Amino acid sequence: MGGRDRRPKLAVWKFASCDGCQLTLLDCEDELLALGDAVRIAHFPEATRGRLRGPYDLSLVEGSITTKKDVARIAQIRRQSRRLVTIGACATAGGIQALRNFAGQPGLAGQVYPEPAYLDALATSTPIAEHVPVDFELRGCPIDKRQLLEVITAFLAGRRPQVPAYSVCVECKLAGQVCVMVAHGTPCLGPVTQAGCGALCPRFDRGCYGCFGPMETPNTASLASPLAACGLDRGAIVRLYRSFNAAAPAFRDESFRNERD
Amino acid sequence: MSATDGTRTIRVRELARVEGEAALKISVRGGRVQEAQLNIFEPPRFFEALLRGRQFAEAPDITARICGICPVAYQMSAVQAIEQALAVEIPPPIRALRRLLYCGEWIESHGLHVYLLHAPDFLGYQGAIEMARDHRAAVQRGLKLKQTGNRVLTTLGGREIHPVNVRVGGFYKLPSNSALRELVQPLREAREAALETVRWVAGFEFPDCERDYEFVALQADGEYPIDQGRIVSSSGLDLPADRFDEHFVEEQVRHSTALHGRRRDGQSYLVGPLARYSLNHDRLWPLARKAAEDAGLGPVCRNPYRSIIVRGIELVQACDEALAIIEQWERPAQPAVPVAARAATGYGCTEAPRGLLYHRYRLARDGSIEDALIVPPTSQNQPTIERDLEIFANDWLDLADEPLRWRCEQAVRNYDPCISCATHFLRLEVDRG
Repeated sequence: MGGRDRRPKLAVWKFASCDGCQLTLLDCEDELLALGDAVRIAHFPEATRGRLRGPYDLSLVEGSITTKKDVARIAQIRRQSRRLVTIGACATAGGIQALRNFAGQPGLAGQVYPEPAYLDALATSTPIAEHVPVDFELRGCPIDKRQLLEVITAFLAGRRPQVPAYSVCVECKLAGQVCVMVAHGTPCLGPVTQAGCGALCPRFDRGCYGCFGPMETPNTASLASPLAACGLDRGAIVRLYRSFNAAAPAFRDESFRNERD
Repeated sequence: MSATDGTRTIRVRELARVEGEAALKISVRGGRVQEAQLNIFEPPRFFEALLRGRQFAEAPDITARICGICPVAYQMSAVQAIEQALAVEIPPPIRALRRLLYCGEWIESHGLHVYLLHAPDFLGYQGAIEMARDHRAAVQRGLKLKQTGNRVLTTLGGREIHPVNVRVGGFYKLPSNSALRELVQPLREAREAALETVRWVAGFEFPDCERDYEFVALQADGEYPIDQGRIVSSSGLDLPADRFDEHFVEEQVRHSTALHGRRRDGQSYLVGPLARYSLNHDRLWPLARKAAEDAGLGPVCRNPYRSIIVRGIELVQACDEALAIIEQWERPAQPAVPVAARAATGYGCTEAPRGLLYHRYRLARDGSIEDALIVPPTSQNQPTIERDLEIFANDWLDLADEPLRWRCEQAVRNYDPCISCATHFLRLEVDRG
């Protein structure tokens, strides 16, 4: 290659997570090699041993903060990143592992590990934005492939990504999907959950279970009675909100409200 | 540090092309490898504890989140265990559809490992994108294979990662006949690509490394083990899933957030493609068996580097089976059978792409989970991976640190370790003193 390589540098970082969101990048089978031509993959350990020093033009961050070491590591990554985008429910809301925020972690560790003292684990699992400024949060458990490509393209082009903040309900209407709650009495978080999956669960005859977290201004309180009418008791409603986005404020608060009232 | 007194430390601080975060440390004393440690620093997420108090119906969706690469394996072991506890009989067409979904995950996961994670080691590239500059057609073939696996997952499960359609008792919705038919042509092409994969990887150079492993895998009548079977081993174990705990145990070691699986007598063992193949070679279908024969592989394979060939053979098998399932499938009246809660304990064992995955759930009368135990394949393989390095690395000590580091990394990647899984798991560090 003649001259200096001016292609932007892309970095992918992992914290506490299942690897699924960064795998989404490798799942872009049709676009992966073109992406590899358009950018320099500067740090992506799941895909390559090759590494380039920072600074990085775009950092994609997967996973939540659960250890003291990771608090320091994310600050270091932020300093080296011109733009930092968090990907997935762990990075944007703390993930399923944020259930520890509700239960008290020392007890949890003792249930899984004979010697909890060997572990470096914080009592909470927190989103990246609680520790460093984040340029954009891409939701989902897992994230959606098309939305990921839109976010990468937008940031490399220097524009804001076009990712809708409306609810899954709107996706159902756009898809001509019959409402599972109205038509079948199936409990569904679609009215309060951000779009992005393409109304996936309703298309599979089941209710939305909140993978993309709360929509922009969710009216969770008014969803309580339709959920009850579908046969959910308070405990079931609490569990419905306490999954992959359990610590997202709107879902967390609604679960507390149902626990209390 | 100094090579003159035969002491040296080799460290890999962050192991690449594995799923999750780990490091490696090899200590050399008196010119011999004294100890190899796989340091898993992936932060723990405490899944078994998070499952307590949840309803059994939530287990497939929650446990899927242990691993983005093999979520179906978690879903399948979970539903099998819970269905056993609840005495649910799964009708053959539902079971066939689950096996088809599992074939999709094998194709996706093996495609990913063979082409993107493992092949670059044999051909001397940092990664697949670098490899694509010289071997574009091969990488494209791998991506296409992987895509077809993902297409099976999407058709049956709604999406590639964390499918939404699996439930205790069956599925939420059956795929349409036309959606299944649309999988046939891509799967036929994938089967050809899988055969080409076996021919391609069989031409790689393999170091002469063999060990007398204790293989552990499932075995079932008349079929290659994927979604069910008895637990068998090369030393003659033969037990149902519900007796796993009698023979195997997980223990914590200070250098890893992943528990280490061992036999109760302390012996390490091996799960995954080599074990499955070596214990079930006679159960491969003719096309896969012929591919193995043409690749020069005997009925037993003890060289972990050749696991890349075995994954290729399993790709052939999975594509072949997926096509047969679609061809023979008879649509059931309902996507799921009714399930009623009761107090009971259930056990499930399936073959994740990386090996045996064991789940155990104790359920209360109201269907809530009182206790859960999950033993992923990488936990079970950790002691064996360390033992491989302690033995094989002795022959590589004349290498300089960087090539030695790469060689050791490759030895770990032979196992396609999934660290996210094992940490309910990698960086190489060689200590030459």
